[in-house]
Amino acid sequence: MSKTITDVVCPFCGTLCDDLIVTTDDEGKKILGVDNACAIGAEKFIHSSDHSHRVTRPRKMQEDGSFKEITYEEAIEHTAKILVNAKKPLMYGWSSTSCEADSVGHEIAELCGGIVDNTAAVCHGTTLIAVQNVGIPSCTLGEVKNRADRIIFWGCNPAHAHPRHMSRYSIFPRGYFTGKGAKQRKIIVVDPRPTDTTNLADIHLQVEQGYDYELLQALRAAIRGEPLAGDVIAGVPKETVYEAVDVLKSGRFGVIFFGMGVTQSLGKDHNIDAAICLTKDLNDYTKFSIVAMRGHYNVTGSGQVLGWQYGFPYSVDLSRGFARYNPGETGSIEVLKRQEADAIFVLGSDPGAHFPMRCVKEISRLPSVAIDPHITPTTEICDVHVPVAFVGVEVGGNCYRMDNVPIEARKVVEPPEGMMTDQQFLSAVLERVKELKAN
Amino acid sequence: MDTVKLTSKVVPELYLEAEHISPDVFAGKSNQEIGDLSVHMGNQTYKISDYFTVEGKAGATAAETKIVVAGDVSKVKYIGMKMTAGEVEVLGNADMYVGAWMEGGKLLVKGSVDSFAGIAMKGGELIIEGDAKNYIGAAYRGDWRGMQGGKIVVKGNVGSDVGSNINGGTIDIGGNADVHLATHAEGGTIIVRGIAKGRVGGQMVKGDIYCLGGVERMMPSFKYDHTEEIELDGKKMNFQVYYGDLGERHGKKKGEIIYGKIYLTAAQPEGGEGATAVKSERKAKLSEKQLEQLATELKEMKEPSVQNVREYIKKTFGIDLKPMQVSRLIDSLSR
Ligand code: SF4
Repeated sequence: MSKTITDVVCPFCGTLCDDLIVTTDDEGKKILGVDNACAIGAEKFIHSSDHSHRVTRPRKMQEDGSFKEITYEEAIEHTAKILVNAKKPLMYGWSSTSCEADSVGHEIAELCGGIVDNTAAVCHGTTLIAVQNVGIPSCTLGEVKNRADRIIFWGCNPAHAHPRHMSRYSIFPRGYFTGKGAKQRKIIVVDPRPTDTTNLADIHLQVEQGYDYELLQALRAAIRGEPLAGDVIAGVPKETVYEAVDVLKSGRFGVIFFGMGVTQSLGKDHNIDAAICLTKDLNDYTKFSIVAMRGHYNVTGSGQVLGWQYGFPYSVDLSRGFARYNPGETGSIEVLKRQEADAIFVLGSDPGAHFPMRCVKEISRLPSVAIDPHITPTTEICDVHVPVAFVGVEVGGNCYRMDNVPIEARKVVEPPEGMMTDQQFLSAVLERVKELKAN
Repeated sequence: MDTVKLTSKVVPELYLEAEHISPDVFAGKSNQEIGDLSVHMGNQTYKISDYFTVEGKAGATAAETKIVVAGDVSKVKYIGMKMTAGEVEVLGNADMYVGAWMEGGKLLVKGSVDSFAGIAMKGGELIIEGDAKNYIGAAYRGDWRGMQGGKIVVKGNVGSDVGSNINGGTIDIGGNADVHLATHAEGGTIIVRGIAKGRVGGQMVKGDIYCLGGVERMMPSFKYDHTEEIELDGKKMNFQVYYGDLGERHGKKKGEIIYGKIYLTAAQPEGGEGATAVKSERKAKLSEKQLEQLATELKEMKEPSVQNVREYIKKTFGIDLKPMQVSRLIDSLSR
């Protein structure tokens, strides 16, 4: 016999699908099947319930580079010590865990005078800077499903990165006012390359690589009926720009979805700044919203918790006892590159795979600890690796979808015997830090 | 005017935050008191005297105080922050936030500075003889008021985002400027004597930008309006005037729309091409042979640092590569 659990939340990408059906064995130990999820989402569940390849106890790196198993107590002691002894510890990650765990982590950072930064530093942080500059007219994905008839995908490829986004919210679903589904929607995709998403587009604006800002400002000028200089604007023929503007203006409700193609290419926050201003301008003619395609399932939540506690969504420097925020100075990449930190703590993220080489070298040089259910390039270069239970599979917790809607992730199976969750581990570290600080 | 001389004793292990190095704070204090002022490194608090020797004497008021900072302070932030009067002279390089939120007085850096120099500046004079990085005279994060008054002079090159949200004052750049000059400008004047990389005046509402060395690529949302003769540095020059940013809102004055203006030198002095058509130099590259030579050389160096290798390439092949390129080269060759 098997058990079926419905309405399970997928802890993989920012779409945070909440309609999964998971079948487990009777004892609730092994996952037998996952329905409704996309391939990557299903794989996360299946993969995590296969315990044979998992590390279930903390490991410490030895002199020769090999790892030796240690107890959770030793790992807690190690983590607390490096954080307490550091003058400016960098605590990075936070995007693949629950908001509850984030909150405990921030308390540790506050006590130790560190920097808290999440993965927004290398993906949508620039979005947050732009939002702070010009605000954001946004909406939830439910509204997109029920109302939107103009969709722009700018610098993102949901066909691969957020596989169910298009079918659940943006292109295909039939909603309250969008009864004809895809037939009723006009899709514009802005991407320098043809992708599986551009194949679905009514208009593909093949922008010249790195000139999104120019195109955005040209669109804004075109909306105001101003003349544009030149026949080709940032790689796009002028007529196509005007055609796109007509399509956008004629809609009843439009949404711009944008991804890392614009947030991390030349211009960064300025691109998003301009995109938000474009949304604002379009609201003179029709209703328009803009939503960031966040990657990690709870990177939005990490920003929410930081915002609620310190007023800033990422790269928060608590070293002097009050919160300061200035990406360019307090962001993880800069801090590592400039060698401003003297210890590093990574949770639920993999800078070893995503940071520039110089920063990765710096991580391996510093006293470090990595907390991650998987073995990753980061855990391999950190002094101590602490494996924890999978949030959303083996333990529940609060997460935020890309449109800032909180969704409670569920527990579907038991973690391997004796394994700690992020929150338990962090709480234990917090206790120990308090003890060490008291002396 | 009385002068206090700070000489750095040790290079800090991490970075030092020294917002107290300012005539306003030093004025009326004895050397002992100055030495006891706090500096911060991470979560630790130290004293100025832990890192600097203090000599000379401070004046009674900020206006009568001059601070000379000698020694290596390239890892010291916030020098001259919020100063309102007096003088500061840094003999070498300084780190971030030099003259940030400055309101008056004069701050001279003989070397180069990192980012955020003169952010949200209101008055006074900030002179940097070397290069400066990003966000010079810009707004602090989230603020819509960048530089509002005073003058910033950078003799060398500047990075990106210079003068964003500027709404007053002047920034004079001797060298080249990277992208996003004067984004969201609402006033003020910026002069670039070298080449401006592009995205000049994006989203600007008001203000004047003079690009004497041309702009690599103009924004499509600027329109050419007319040619005008204007006096700059006592010389009369012809400028092509561009109006923009057409995508942005613009106010009206006496029924006329007020745009932001970009001035391009109409004719390049020595038979150069049109001002807008300045091409950046092609990315420098090494030939196969040079690569081989470099590979053998790299083997001999024990731990090739980017700087050393870059110097070597410059000396032997006469090619100036970007540090990024060099670090990639080292990685690929040493594999
Ligand atoms: S689209 Fe994202 S959240 Fe939905 S099932 Fe796939 S990976 Fe999971």
